[in-house]
Amino acid sequence: MLVLEDVHTHYGKIEALHGVSVEVNKGEIVSLIGANGAGKTTLLMTVCGNPQATSGRVVLNGRDITRDPTSTIMRSGIAIVPEGRRIFSGLTVEENLHMGGFFNTKAEIRKSQEHVYELFPRLKERESQRAGTMSGGEQQMLAIGRALMSKPNMIILDEPSLGLAPLVIKQIFEIIGQLREEGITVFLVEQNAHQALNLADRGYVLETGKIRLHDTGKNLLENPDVQNAYLGG
Amino acid sequence: MQDLLYFSQQLINGLTIGSTYALIAIGYTMVYGIIGMINFAHGEIYMIGAYTALIAITGLATLGVAWLPVILIVALVCAMIVSSAMGWAVERVAYRPVRGRHRLIPLISAIGMSIFLQNYVHLAQGSRNIGFPSLIEGSFRFGSSEGFQMSLSYIQITIFVTTLICMTGLALFISRSRTGRACRAVSQDLGMANLLGIDTNRIISATFVIGAALAAVAGLLLGMYYGSVDPLFGFIAGLKAFTAAVLGGIGSIPGAMLGGLILGVGESMTSGYLSGEYKDVISFSLLILILLFKPTGLLGKPEVEKI
Repeated sequence: MLVLEDVHTHYGKIEALHGVSVEVNKGEIVSLIGANGAGKTTLLMTVCGNPQATSGRVVLNGRDITRDPTSTIMRSGIAIVPEGRRIFSGLTVEENLHMGGFFNTKAEIRKSQEHVYELFPRLKERESQRAGTMSGGEQQMLAIGRALMSKPNMIILDEPSLGLAPLVIKQIFEIIGQLREEGITVFLVEQNAHQALNLADRGYVLETGKIRLHDTGKNLLENPDVQNAYLGG
Repeated sequence: MQDLLYFSQQLINGLTIGSTYALIAIGYTMVYGIIGMINFAHGEIYMIGAYTALIAITGLATLGVAWLPVILIVALVCAMIVSSAMGWAVERVAYRPVRGRHRLIPLISAIGMSIFLQNYVHLAQGSRNIGFPSLIEGSFRFGSSEGFQMSLSYIQITIFVTTLICMTGLALFISRSRTGRACRAVSQDLGMANLLGIDTNRIISATFVIGAALAAVAGLLLGMYYGSVDPLFGFIAGLKAFTAAVLGGIGSIPGAMLGGLILGVGESMTSGYLSGEYKDVISFSLLILILLFKPTGLLGKPEVEKI
């Protein structure tokens, strides 16, 4: 479904990704783990075309999107929950959701909105509240809900558990599992390697801009190198 | 009683001018809110709106159209279309290619655009000021005939009503419409809006077009009010509107409205009680004071560092 082939990405003159190849198949949960600064966010943002890959190919559903502008890519059935959530804090919860479904018809928006409220009843309670006044966990739910509004067949999540309470993290991971049940492909970046690999069908380990390891989630969890470096021994 | 009438007269004059400042200030504040730059060519867009309205009025007169509502509406529509096209083109030509560079670069580009447009109109229309037909004449008068007589002219009423309609329309557009919501989202986080598939360039163009259209409305209204236009017509008005935008809190639409009214009233009170020569001194002193003591303006939000 999503294929990255030998992708190099630069920030100015600095190369952040040195030839990365990743594949995410339909219906899978794929986790990408790695230390701070390994290039995880860069990899996800390269998929979104911001920044664009300097060489290599990004293919989504069989179409080469390497040179497409971000706005085109994000209308091709893919949605992102970015690092730091980036909800529109001055807009209400409902308005944030409507921004997520910007290109859908009113009827579709209503339907997706109901679906999001089923997943996160909390958001319905806060519907007309300014998004910036909510707690971190609620904002994360909103960011996921906003991404679901466009009815994507693939969702990219960048550190969805960052800075959240353990109970909320548990809930977020449950929702991610539920997305798979609905047939949405999930590409997940996490620092919380244990939970991410536990949930994932397959996982990639990114180190300083290169893929070091690639295996099923279960095998990676048992891999001694991964245990040492990312699972606290 | 005389004093009260005199004061009310100044207040009315101030609100008249102030509401047109507010119309122009919207353009500064919306553009700043979205891409963080001051569009110094905005005063020229307003001036071009006034000229276009004048040309339309002259054209209609030549054709023998005499019915006032038709003249006003045609002039207004022409001015809005031409100014909007100009606003759009200025962004495409002078700002988009340098967007994302150092802050000074778009600023210099804007000043260059302003000089270019001023001189273009100089060449095309001549540098002398041209009479602008007032079209709407007459006034309501209050007060005794021997003492001070207060007047509320029909053109002033036209200015209030038109401004009110524009502002209400804008407020509804921003708060209710799909594009308006996108404008607010883009002004908060342009990158994120882009990640939702929104073509942010189109939203940016839309803000330039909206700002320019409102400036054109002000151009027609003030052309009629002052009775003449010249190529420098937009320069001072632009600076005043910019001051109004900063006063109210640049980036904030209600701020621009409030700032415009305060500035207009401040100016007319100065003219009324001190001397007309001091009014520019007062308005720019206000700008300096607000920058010194409340840099975010009256309704502006302080920039919060996001963690």
